Amino acid sequence: MNKSHKHIVIIGNGISGVTCARYIRKNDEGVSITIVSGETEHFFSRTALMYIYMGHMKYEHTKPYEDWFWEKNRLDLVKGWVEKVDFGNKKLNFQNGKTLDYDVLILATGSKPNKFGWPGQDSIGVQGLYSYQDLESMEKHTQNINRAVIVGGGLIGIEMAEMLKSRDIPVTFLVREKNFWDNILPFEESQMINRHIKEHHIDLRLETELHEIIPDESGRVKAISTKTGEVIVCQFVGLTAGVSPNVDFLKNNPVEENEPSLQIQRGILVNAYFETNIPDIYAIGDCAEFQEALASDRKNIEQVWYTGRMHGETLAHNLTHQKSVSYQPGIWFNSAKFLDIEYQTYGHVPPFWDEYIGSFYWEHQGGKACLRILYQKSDMAIVGVNAFGWRLRHEFFDKAITDGWKLEKVMVNLNKANFNPEFFEAFHRDVLKKYNQETGKQLKVGKTSFLKKLIGSRA
Amino acid sequence: MKTIQKIGLALFIIGLVGFSLLPFIGTYQLEKEIVIEQVKDIHAENMTEILSPMFGKEYGSNFAFIADFNTNFNAYNDQLKSEEDWDNVIWDNYVFPITKAAAQGPVSESPYFYLAITIGLAVLGALLYILPLHKGETDGIKNDGIYFSSMKSRGILGIITGTWLILFYIILYWFPEYLTNLVLMVDPLSMALSSNPASQWFLYGFIYTLAILVMGIRMFRKYKGNAYQTIRTVSVMFFQLAFAFLIPEILVLLNMPWHDFKNIWPLDYSFFYEYRIDGMVSSGALGMFMLVWGIILIVLGVPLFTYFYGKRWYCSWVCGCGGLAETLGDPYRQLSDKSLKAWKIERYMVHGVLVFAVVMTAVTIVNYFMEFGLLGQATDQLHSIYGFMIGSAFAGVIGTGFYPFMGNRVWCRFGCPLAAYLGIVQRFKSRFRITTNGGQCISCGNCSTYCEMGIDVRWYAQRGQNIVRASCVGCGVCSAVCPRGVLKLENGEEAGRLNELPIIIGNKSISLKS
Repeated sequence: MNKSHKHIVIIGNGISGVTCARYIRKNDEGVSITIVSGETEHFFSRTALMYIYMGHMKYEHTKPYEDWFWEKNRLDLVKGWVEKVDFGNKKLNFQNGKTLDYDVLILATGSKPNKFGWPGQDSIGVQGLYSYQDLESMEKHTQNINRAVIVGGGLIGIEMAEMLKSRDIPVTFLVREKNFWDNILPFEESQMINRHIKEHHIDLRLETELHEIIPDESGRVKAISTKTGEVIVCQFVGLTAGVSPNVDFLKNNPVEENEPSLQIQRGILVNAYFETNIPDIYAIGDCAEFQEALASDRKNIEQVWYTGRMHGETLAHNLTHQKSVSYQPGIWFNSAKFLDIEYQTYGHVPPFWDEYIGSFYWEHQGGKACLRILYQKSDMAIVGVNAFGWRLRHEFFDKAITDGWKLEKVMVNLNKANFNPEFFEAFHRDVLKKYNQETGKQLKVGKTSFLKKLIGSRA
Repeated sequence: MKTIQKIGLALFIIGLVGFSLLPFIGTYQLEKEIVIEQVKDIHAENMTEILSPMFGKEYGSNFAFIADFNTNFNAYNDQLKSEEDWDNVIWDNYVFPITKAAAQGPVSESPYFYLAITIGLAVLGALLYILPLHKGETDGIKNDGIYFSSMKSRGILGIITGTWLILFYIILYWFPEYLTNLVLMVDPLSMALSSNPASQWFLYGFIYTLAILVMGIRMFRKYKGNAYQTIRTVSVMFFQLAFAFLIPEILVLLNMPWHDFKNIWPLDYSFFYEYRIDGMVSSGALGMFMLVWGIILIVLGVPLFTYFYGKRWYCSWVCGCGGLAETLGDPYRQLSDKSLKAWKIERYMVHGVLVFAVVMTAVTIVNYFMEFGLLGQATDQLHSIYGFMIGSAFAGVIGTGFYPFMGNRVWCRFGCPLAAYLGIVQRFKSRFRITTNGGQCISCGNCSTYCEMGIDVRWYAQRGQNIVRASCVGCGVCSAVCPRGVLKLENGEEAGRLNELPIIIGNKSISLKS
């Protein structure tokens, strides 16, 4: 166990910052750790904000650790907004006038919703959904309203639509693209979600762009207009056209000549060790931007829960070990839920692919479950999987993709990849049937004896 | 809410109010013949004398009647007790049968009518409310607004409901003589089933079964599209209706002891009581089967089934207490305490009750064979303490009455000795686990919030660890409410079941142990 007496300060108590703090403490009993956040006193799960609005949970249920956890693990919590970081004197200046010294500073400041300069975008009742304050604002501005408009067809957009529908507020959903989230999802998957959105009585407007947000005399939104000139009366507008790193307060103008300045492009520039251009300053999570993408299928800014966690784990390792390791993410994975349809992806499934890649696609007759597997035509090794309405085993595909399993091997073992609850319809037979039809093959799933089925054996 | 649901709700409330007020209508008149008919022959003479001041008098309410009965009866007994004339003290409880027989009200004249306007109306209203639930909605999780609901989040409606349940249980267990009208109302039904008049326990079994059936239908609506929940609910409905309600009554019809074949010691804590053993032993081949079957369940059934399927085979698929919790109690599942402190208290309490049950039963069995005077008194003492504290107060009053306050599994979690036994097997020797799906958890907290047993499921899921907990009853709701497909209940190989220091998949920089 290492021991040091440094003071590590982390700005941001989201998944990245908190994961980093936890693992630093696991590896080093001596170091003092302070987590700073203006948002909430304790860590909560940002992805669960929607469930508070929908009445599935209260705020307290979204906290992954009980309140005593922090003191027990000697993780000091400071609630307050940082106004400015004094990199020269290694000091944080808070909005309330207080200061905090640090030896090592970890920036885990997350994101903020994008605004693209739409007229009226700062009207009352116009907002994104990222922070706890956004949730409070949404709660306040959606009381007794007749219609809401969501602008932007991504994950937060559909979550906001679902939230509003849970309170029976009619929703118009403007999506710039031809199909929902089709800059990420292939055509069939996008189409499936289109249908599902409409099935939930959400007024989905594809290929529709926001022109202007129209406020009333009091400055509150009363309508929006689209680029085709249609005016939609609404009292709330959700702006969900993506998020970008929350770094504005870090863009310092050095007062003294030799005071260092943090390198920021869209996000805080870091190398594969999460080091910024200033010694002892690191950045992880949504706010960090890699100078070079870490792999061909990886983005320079990684804005999902899981990558935030891995950033935190890796940096914590480096801060508590002699030998640093570079961040090497494994096989990509992600998940989401579109209203009632769950989505999981493993490996690389882009919306379009070149001629060297083959695609196998199966859709359940009910139209609410599908599976897509992409493979290299040259050696039939699978490269990625999309599953909708079908839970798949992470471990299975992490191995299958890493080891370059051939499509057929995956096909005949799909029953082992199935992660749906017991007694659910067994999709893998139907999938194999379709594969056999398409290829003229006679592949069979390994038979499980009745006894093995009875005791639930997977082997 | 649709109009038909509003009508349903109104009918349900009318039925429930009718049920609550029915005990207080009608008049009571005692005659000598009634006393002779209701008491044991050896007490006939004394009892007619004791109660003679009441004969021919019309009482306007059961309160007045019962008060007068108690005054007369206690005066007699207290006199004997003060003289230490223990042999002549009447220890039998005659207040319930005599009050029931003395009732002259309209209920005994037209029981079907009163059954229809109380329980019948409540069931009809509940069904009218339940059947249209989520109609036209897609399959999926229906938890919208639970924490805005007064009923489901300890609001005023929840408090009223809990208070009503607690009062009902207290009266049922300790003052059933006030419920005689309700019992009279189900007399014809009991006669039809078992050729015996109804007791308060028949009334209780009847409404208990109805609650599971009606709220089971609600489960079908709420979890539509979830095959595990649907099949599991069919199972608890079947076992309650057939094994806990119909078969025992039919056994009585056949002059056999009332017996629930799926109830297992130590939940069925009186299984080894002298009167039960004697009842079984003296009931021929079927009686012997009851005894042998009961013992097989304890020594073989529990370990074997729990090894293969986890304790869910019993707790959330078969058990009557579980059946009520999973149906009537489902709206309250989120109210269980998830804190580490609650878990500590739970372990002390539930294992404490198990020890108590085992000690009590051991003493009972030793006493059965030894017939030793002092031990006999100790046995009686233990039985009455256990029956009062655990069997009635804990399992009934707190177990169900606290649904709207502490969730639907208070008894199962903190008190049930069988759950403790099943749990020990599940924790240490079972193929059952809730598998965590690699690194997919987003720590949202739905699983923990909706765990009726108060397990902090998320704590395991977010570190990629399988959930192997003694208390898990395998209801499957954590898996159902998970938005990211992280949790799966499964029976599988023991190897890899307990992954206490999991490596979360996805980060190749380091091999992290949580």
